[in-house]
Amino acid sequence: MPPESWIGFFEWCEATVLGSAVRNSIYAFPIIEAIHLVALCVMGGALIMVDLRLLGVGMKDQQAGHLATLVRPWMVGALAVMLSSGVLLFLSEAIKCFYNTSFWVKMITLPIALAFTFLVRDPRIMKGAPSRMQGRLLGSASLALWFVVAAAGRWIGYS
Amino acid sequence: MIRSLLDWLGNTPWSIALLESYYVWPLIESSHVVFLALFVGTAFMMDLRLVGLAFRGVPASSFIDRLLPWTRIGFAIMVMTGLLLFYSSPLRYYHNLFFRIKCVMLAIAGLNIWMFHSRIHTSIDLWDDVWTPPRAARIAGALSIVMWTGVVFSGRLIAYNWFDCDIQPQPEWVNWVAQCQIADLAQ
Repeated sequence: MPPESWIGFFEWCEATVLGSAVRNSIYAFPIIEAIHLVALCVMGGALIMVDLRLLGVGMKDQQAGHLATLVRPWMVGALAVMLSSGVLLFLSEAIKCFYNTSFWVKMITLPIALAFTFLVRDPRIMKGAPSRMQGRLLGSASLALWFVVAAAGRWIGYS
Repeated sequence: MIRSLLDWLGNTPWSIALLESYYVWPLIESSHVVFLALFVGTAFMMDLRLVGLAFRGVPASSFIDRLLPWTRIGFAIMVMTGLLLFYSSPLRYYHNLFFRIKCVMLAIAGLNIWMFHSRIHTSIDLWDDVWTPPRAARIAGALSIVMWTGVVFSGRLIAYNWFDCDIQPQPEWVNWVAQCQIADLAQ
């Protein structure tokens, strides 16, 4: 759990105009959630396609780095939608999130997964084909990291 | 007939146990959500290629031969987890407006897949390397994106009870589409 002194920031978040607007509407939260999910599909597809190739079980006739370049705009676009919809959902229930373990699991794994994808995996495979072993490591680490982010995200709603 | 069957199904011990379980139901539901990324995600990637919006230079057959098997695995997981979720509360889902919308869209998406494989995929040799596939293939790709987006949307909204039959009054069209048994509720 984070230091109790951070609660002030979360209270401020929950009191923002956007946070109150989402909270005070019956329809806003579910609709933003649904948008968050559709963007999850696009982003997940873009990630999984490259990771499967790295694991040696996907589109073998294409280089992983080439696939990563081709999916990049969709990946970034979907990520932008996920972040903005995610922030809106968070603002509407920031105090609940503060006391929610799944939220913190997600907040810790999300930057790691993002850094791994954009600073490790993609630069490495765009530079040239990785070895079989490297590919397997990159692909499985990516799938595992993003799996935790997605599962923890869903679990926020259960507590 | 259907209602009494679903009523019986929802009163079987396993259905009640599933609905009341503290961890099992959320775990099944989470799998249903996380595997969306595999199923709808890979389907979307192939649709983008069919529509001609992405993957210039990658043959369409490469998606069908090497990615579609993974889409199918994702679909199998979605069906299994989805059926279990339905089994936990059959009668409630049966009368849920969003569940019904989802089923209609699933049927259209399924028909679209069948049309694609029986009519359009057969001529793939002619357009495998073409950046913009024939009109029929582009329509199939676009329809797939729209339908699966709709399925995800309505699927998520099933959880909300805005239009549930036990919350009355509802607009007449809601009661009609969801076949609410108003007389039963009044008792």
